[in-house]
Amino acid sequence: MVDTATKNRIFGTPKSTFLNHVNTISSWMFTLDHKRIGIMYLVGVTLALFLAGVFALVLRTHLFTFDGEMLTNAQYNQMFTLHGAVMVFSFIIPSIPAALGNIVLPMMLGAKDVAFPRMNLMSFYLWIIGTGCLLAAILFGDGLDTGWTFYTPYSIETNTGVVWATFGAFVLGFSSIFTGLNFLVTINTMRAKGQTWFKLPLFLWSLYATSIIQVLATPVLGITLLLLIAEKTMHVGIFDPTYGGDPVLFQHFFWFYSHPAVYIMILPAMGVISELISVYSQKRIFGYSFIAFSSVAIALLGFLVWGHHMFTSGQSQVLTLIFSAITFTVAIPSAVKVFNWLATLYKGSILLNTPMCYALSFIFLFGIGGLTGLFLGALSVDIHLHDTYFVVAHFHFVMVGGTLTALLGGLFHWWPKIFGRMYNDFMGRAFCFLVFAGFNLTFFPQFVMGARGMPRRYATYDPEFLIFHQISTVGAFVLGVGILGAFLVLVYAAFKGPRCGANPFRAASLEWQTSSPPDFHNFIHQPVLNDPYDFDSLVYDEDLETYISREFADPEKVPPKKEPVHH
Amino acid sequence: MGLAKTRQSPGLLLLLKLETDMATVDAHADDHHHDDHDHPPFIAHHFDDAEQQFDSGKLGIWLFLVTEVLFFSGLFVAYTLYRNHHPEIFQQAHVFLDKYLGGLNTIVLLFSSLTMALAVRSAQLGRNKNCGIYILITMVCASMFLGVKAVEYSHKWDMGIWVRSSWSSDADSLSYGHHEGQLGIAKSLGVSDRLIWLSAIPAVLLAGSLIASVIGFVTKKELFGKFMLAMSVMVGGYFLGAGVGQVYQNVKEGSGDSHEHASLQEQQPMQLLAMTQEDQDHADDDKKSDDADHSHDEEHSHGSEKAEYDKEHPDPETLDRDIGIFFSIYYCMTGLHAIHIIAGIIALAWIYWRCLAGHWRSDYFGPVDYVGLYWHLVDLIWIYLFPLLYLID
Amino acid sequence: MNWQLPLMLAQETTEDLKKRVLETTLEGTTVPDSSIHRGGTSNPFSSEYWFPETASSFAGEVDYLFMGIFWISLVFFVAIVGVMTYFCIKYRRKGDVIDPQPSSSHNTAIEILWSVLPSILLVWMFYVGAESYFNMRIPKEEAEEIQVTASQFNWLFTYPNGDMSNELHLVEGQPVVLRMQSKDVLHSFYVSAFRQKQDIVPGRYTYSYIEPSKAGIYRLSCNEYCGDGHSKMRTAAIVHATHEERQKNTMWIPSDHSPTDNGKRIYQIYCSGCHNIDGKEGTGPPLNKTWGRDVILADKTSAGVADANYVLESIYKPSAKIVEGYGAPGSQSKMNSFEGTLDDDDINHVIEYLKFLQNPSSVSEKTVGELEAEKTANTPEEN
Repeated sequence: MVDTATKNRIFGTPKSTFLNHVNTISSWMFTLDHKRIGIMYLVGVTLALFLAGVFALVLRTHLFTFDGEMLTNAQYNQMFTLHGAVMVFSFIIPSIPAALGNIVLPMMLGAKDVAFPRMNLMSFYLWIIGTGCLLAAILFGDGLDTGWTFYTPYSIETNTGVVWATFGAFVLGFSSIFTGLNFLVTINTMRAKGQTWFKLPLFLWSLYATSIIQVLATPVLGITLLLLIAEKTMHVGIFDPTYGGDPVLFQHFFWFYSHPAVYIMILPAMGVISELISVYSQKRIFGYSFIAFSSVAIALLGFLVWGHHMFTSGQSQVLTLIFSAITFTVAIPSAVKVFNWLATLYKGSILLNTPMCYALSFIFLFGIGGLTGLFLGALSVDIHLHDTYFVVAHFHFVMVGGTLTALLGGLFHWWPKIFGRMYNDFMGRAFCFLVFAGFNLTFFPQFVMGARGMPRRYATYDPEFLIFHQISTVGAFVLGVGILGAFLVLVYAAFKGPRCGANPFRAASLEWQTSSPPDFHNFIHQPVLNDPYDFDSLVYDEDLETYISREFADPEKVPPKKEPVHH
Repeated sequence: MGLAKTRQSPGLLLLLKLETDMATVDAHADDHHHDDHDHPPFIAHHFDDAEQQFDSGKLGIWLFLVTEVLFFSGLFVAYTLYRNHHPEIFQQAHVFLDKYLGGLNTIVLLFSSLTMALAVRSAQLGRNKNCGIYILITMVCASMFLGVKAVEYSHKWDMGIWVRSSWSSDADSLSYGHHEGQLGIAKSLGVSDRLIWLSAIPAVLLAGSLIASVIGFVTKKELFGKFMLAMSVMVGGYFLGAGVGQVYQNVKEGSGDSHEHASLQEQQPMQLLAMTQEDQDHADDDKKSDDADHSHDEEHSHGSEKAEYDKEHPDPETLDRDIGIFFSIYYCMTGLHAIHIIAGIIALAWIYWRCLAGHWRSDYFGPVDYVGLYWHLVDLIWIYLFPLLYLID
Repeated sequence: MNWQLPLMLAQETTEDLKKRVLETTLEGTTVPDSSIHRGGTSNPFSSEYWFPETASSFAGEVDYLFMGIFWISLVFFVAIVGVMTYFCIKYRRKGDVIDPQPSSSHNTAIEILWSVLPSILLVWMFYVGAESYFNMRIPKEEAEEIQVTASQFNWLFTYPNGDMSNELHLVEGQPVVLRMQSKDVLHSFYVSAFRQKQDIVPGRYTYSYIEPSKAGIYRLSCNEYCGDGHSKMRTAAIVHATHEERQKNTMWIPSDHSPTDNGKRIYQIYCSGCHNIDGKEGTGPPLNKTWGRDVILADKTSAGVADANYVLESIYKPSAKIVEGYGAPGSQSKMNSFEGTLDDDDINHVIEYLKFLQNPSSVSEKTVGELEAEKTANTPEEN
């Protein structure tokens, strides 16, 4: 038997965990600890999610009738704009990298913190300021009705709080740059000894690829938004046709950032899914290097396809052709990932718990989201579908069906690690099903509407679309209940859930080699580096109530090791 | 528990195996105090050693520079596109920029890059005193650059040159027009009001830092006093630059024309442009002609120049409408660059303070290196801006 | 002539739209009703389920490619989800026994195979898409040119002979190039039955091309968000069988119409995007509650009774008087000035129409031609 003192010497005393290390308000506000910053980020983005979710429900309720009696057109326009802007800039972009990534990344590297903890905290406060400015548009600027894309010249013409909102997005951009820069440096210089690039968990590969995009693309958004502010306040004539400017140039600048931003949103999600699939089928991930390089390929190709948002904008036909061709090439690395995940399941020992349910639902939803992208990449079909509900459905399948599902899956996976407590798995799965069902109910009808020619951003619509809109609205509420329920399950678990061991899910990456919740400095001892997907090396230690590396286990209790098959 | 038990206690086995590189539990109770001998105070707790810290910082600053380059890239792309679309306005407009003042600024910045490199070298060699002197010279150059820039800006504003909207018929275009001095101090110095207003902030900073310096020396806070004295020297650089620029401007005007403010040679095309604009308005719409009487009285006196000008520039219609885009881009690019210079000065002041405090040593000079890299980038961007804006031909 | 809501304001099914266009707008002509319409079938595997009517030369190509990608996607999707479900059932963890079977964790051959095979399908999609894209974008030489002017929130179509209308009138089999211009912000021309879409960018011309293949009435909508009235910026694209039938419907201010009729036409073309005539508030005040009534301004003062001068000022200088509820006092109106667009006659016709909206019996039924003749007869020596 191991007594408590020994246990404490290995995993730290219960008082030394990052949660109860010193617990004053200022110790949280000015903390440099990546886990605490991650949790603050998590709280922040969750609030943003619920706020933007309320906007979404309001506008879905409005669309329950075709003549739109509930809101005026102006109010409707504000709703979809705020929904989009808050969701994109304040929730999805920072969600997985800044919240989940911040908590997990240094631990996966066996490091004590990210390379620049102060910059990390500054990133969080920039997030607060940016989101504050975005919301200040509502309070001080008569709202915002440009759509989240701020297309000129409407954004210059409108009297709503465009300057507030663009400044907010500008600040949020720097928050994102600092997170990305921090992660790049951390992964480059702070890996555990012997942790080569190909011993990194795939989540880190995807965060690395994401960070490259954040660092390279976001500055272009920054200058674009600054120029928009200059245009709006001083009429510099770069984007405003009244003064000889070019509105299509704004679209090029905007999408040069915002298309890669789509991959900022989805790549980390793919990384999370790679972890979940392999842990819960207890199989080495299939085609590690293909998945790793496909992340990088997606990140790089993502810079070359921005023009596919502009097939109908009047850009030259040759450009259109090139952008279409490159767009199709992005499909390949995405498909490769899905095939590899399926192959990982093969002959595994699949545990269908909450995180795994989210992972499977991700494959389903991202499958639809990705495949419908093919319709939009094909030139002539896109001319018909551009800016219809088909597009709305497509990107929601990727952003919500992909990113939000993966975020929830990741939270349920790492929650016991972060808080040391287990959630109610049945409730978790029940709400996962609600999210899945509600999501499909909401967005699948939108594909049909879009193909039949229902334009997006319409406050009122033809009655023949009524039934689809009504199904969609009902679905939205189911989805809302599902997401709310999932978060309630998590919050309840964080405070009242039963205590769990350091590694309840038998995961092999480094963050599971410390106590749950982790020590303030992550590890009492430098963790033992092993292959992040070598599940055979783990054996259950009854004394520690957790899985530990085979080489430290009691030889008498260790089952014989299986020989992996290599072709 | 004895050794015999370790066989059943895998955790303890783990513990023993790892004993070599462990830190004790107690050491972590407070994250700011480390008693490890190999962890000197300048290494942050989360880094293993100085090398890792330096490498992280270096990679970080390089990535930051990449984002800076991309930040400016949007403006360079806009510049390229508009120059392709309207090559003629770039030809016409750049004559309003003075390439000698621009050239002076280029030399100042190049020199500051040299002193910055020397500062980094001194820090590497642990020569704190030299390092401080070089950083100070760099800062003086930086603020001198801003002084010259202030003269350039205020001169253009006096000529009525602002961004594109100044040229629009429905905007308040002529409100920026030829400006008569109001301030007594401006008149007595023979400079523009706007330069005085621009110089107000540095003047306050100069006074503030001098007072702070005196207070520092009086209260025996030598370090603070010295730092503030250096800051006032730095701000003095601004007035050096502004003075040199203004003297140059006055000499140039004196040789060209007896007018008090701007040289006629430079001023005239702008006013003529404004005139052609108004003439057009005249033709288009009689009602608007009431507002457009600003330069009617000047029309006759400049009649011959106008004819000459028309001969030189056969298509003023295009010119007068879109020439403002050049200046929009000019102000955006140089303005953003000036903001970077100011940020650079703040960063330089920070490393200068730490230099005075004796923080730099041959095994710890990272921040000097990083700020140096940033400064070289700011310099480099100017090296591109100068020919793109001033030397179009 | 029936006085109903103009086309752009109504939310109605395609069938109702057709009926109403036939009743109210089209003069002396009938347009064959098409048999295939939106959601013409409940079989989701048919292109008729996914698409509205097919009314242009290239619409069929778009549908073909859509269905091609649809089937490819369906096969892949069913395969992916099928395999996933099968694995999850077959290899499901039973109890606490964790016993993954050993299997290879990489296989370069199979990975290259499943990277390359889908690529071939992608090349096909790209090729077919590009081919029909050029059919949609490169006009035939015999195409006529129609000028499209989009503004918040109106469509105006000007035909080669100078006629104008706010519905798009086309002729079956006559290829047409649309030369499009926006007066304010971005708009987008979209007729789903033609599968054709093109953004309209202020400050430059953009072009679109259609070869209508079937007579009928189709929905034309603005597809790029353009402000408050975006969802109202819709009208009809009407494909006639012959040029003659079209011309009957596109004549601008014909002299055999009454001023009220012409006022209505001007209203439809220029005003109906923002001003309703059913009393509902739009981007601007409703016009059936204007003429002869007291106008309360944004600063709560009265501007007196809305008379001819008030109407003239409101049309030429919209920012001079902001009506209560439509902006802050002294703010810039959302409306653009129509000075230079509408001349004196046009304003007079609008005034007649406003009177008519207030009291249908108050206006003359005489046509413009008759009135002109009277005017000439009464005041021959004026000059």
